[in-house]
Amino acid sequence: MRKLKKQKLFLLVLLLPFVLLVISFEFWPLFAMILNSFLADDGKTPSMIQYFTVFHSSYYLQAVQNSVLISLFSSVVSIIIAIITAYSITRFSRKIQDRMLMITNMTSNFEGIPLAFSYIILLGSNGLFTLLFAELGLDLFAEFNLYSWSGLILVYIYFQIPLAIMLLYPAYKGIQKQWMEAASLLGATNVRFWLHIGIPYLLPSIVGTLSILFANAMGAYATAYALVGNNYNLLSLQIASLVASDVALKPQLGSALGVLLAVTMLAAMWINNRMMRRIRRDLS
Amino acid sequence: MKFNKIFHKTVLVVLVIYLLLPLAATLIFSIAGKWDHTLLPESITFKWYGELFSDERFYQALLRSLFLILVTVAISNIIMLPTIFIVAVYFRRFERILQAVAMLPYGIPPIVGAVGLIKVYSSGPLQISGTPWLLVGAYFVITMPYMYQGIRNSLQTINAQELVSAAELLGATKFQAFQKIVVPNILSGIFVSTLLSIALLFGEFVLANLLVGGRFETIQIYLYQKLNKSGHTASAIVITYYVIILLLTWIILELKKRPMQFQSVFGKRKQLILVGEKTEGFLKGEHK
Repeated sequence: MRKLKKQKLFLLVLLLPFVLLVISFEFWPLFAMILNSFLADDGKTPSMIQYFTVFHSSYYLQAVQNSVLISLFSSVVSIIIAIITAYSITRFSRKIQDRMLMITNMTSNFEGIPLAFSYIILLGSNGLFTLLFAELGLDLFAEFNLYSWSGLILVYIYFQIPLAIMLLYPAYKGIQKQWMEAASLLGATNVRFWLHIGIPYLLPSIVGTLSILFANAMGAYATAYALVGNNYNLLSLQIASLVASDVALKPQLGSALGVLLAVTMLAAMWINNRMMRRIRRDLS
Repeated sequence: MKFNKIFHKTVLVVLVIYLLLPLAATLIFSIAGKWDHTLLPESITFKWYGELFSDERFYQALLRSLFLILVTVAISNIIMLPTIFIVAVYFRRFERILQAVAMLPYGIPPIVGAVGLIKVYSSGPLQISGTPWLLVGAYFVITMPYMYQGIRNSLQTINAQELVSAAELLGATKFQAFQKIVVPNILSGIFVSTLLSIALLFGEFVLANLLVGGRFETIQIYLYQKLNKSGHTASAIVITYYVIILLLTWIILELKKRPMQFQSVFGKRKQLILVGEKTEGFLKGEHK
């Protein structure tokens, strides 16, 4: 009996390195950030001033608003495209389906600095398309500026689409052939099948995927940074410049914005989790 | 029916073009000589690659990235593997906590993580601010969800608990059971999550830029520095970088396809695998 206890103790000791690393690089920094967000600018006096500043400054509210809008817009557009394309993919042979998933999987790795760079080559001020369209006399892109809101949206949509397809595709595969047969035996048309069975079945996946996409866009930093530097008012860019730039360091304010961003992300993840439980009962 | 088929084909073709166009443009740009005001470059040259591969700074940056990645995944494997195993087999009551701890970084974006890390390590007892060791710690945390998922799923598939009690019944020590029975059986699962982590870290810019920046120039930072200087060289870097990522992803996908038969034999819970699923959808049947 004593030997068993000793063994258990020894096993617990083996868990120590993990606990140590997790505390030093996960929990302590998180805790420090939360604590810091409740301090005044001097870093000592406890106060709510940082949150007060955020919610009363049109500048930081603008950053939050821009981030939420760009995330919402890019997620909704991507999910609509993914709903159509993922369905189209399922209509082809196994081999083509695999190949399409391979392509989406591989392009999903194409993000951040390299992606921003590719778009600069295509649509930047000296971009291939920009020059080409100017040559052809098309005014389509005359108003377009990659280094602005519209450019950011375009790039965000690009990196969201592969992810959206990869997340939605398995849901389509969950719709059983028998359901459709049963529905058509009972006299349902194709449209009615989708209206009453297909779409309700897909809905949790769609909402769940949407929340993941939203979180993904809210937290995105590298792509935006490479495109617009610190010149565009986005939440993630603001946080970075408040805690790590050469000028105007305000770590406490940056922490408060960081807490707000983390809360938004966790809320989105929570929604996704709830939705996943609705379709995959084995998870709960 | 015919209209449908044309529609779906068009959708796929447009999607593929849309997804591959930026990559194709970068590729062409990286081998283009003179190229303005024409649809395709007037001449083709490899001098940008030549320049890149003779740049000492490029190799340095690549080596630094490799160093960071290898140290991180080594530490991650050495620590995560026994931890998850011990909790899964001997301390099941901690399982929920471990899962929450390991999955939390998935919900916290690196930009938020950086805020706290800068705060804690810019001053204080541990002077690792601005050194690669701070990055290793941060990277350990951001790869943790992937390592956790991979290792845990593998342990579940092989039914680790029963395997270990069987081995112990036959006279093996706990360590022997772990080393000789469990580890060899989950090797491919560990390998997949390791590769996934490598691909993730290879593309990591946020933490590298904010925590260490120019003091330890990784491949992503090098690329960012080059962006504003030479477009052609930058595109050569992007393509080189992407080829490495493609190779990693390809190996991951190939490996993921394999353990499926193994899984169905054990009849355990199916992993959420995107590619290589065995289920036949009705849609494919209808298509015939």
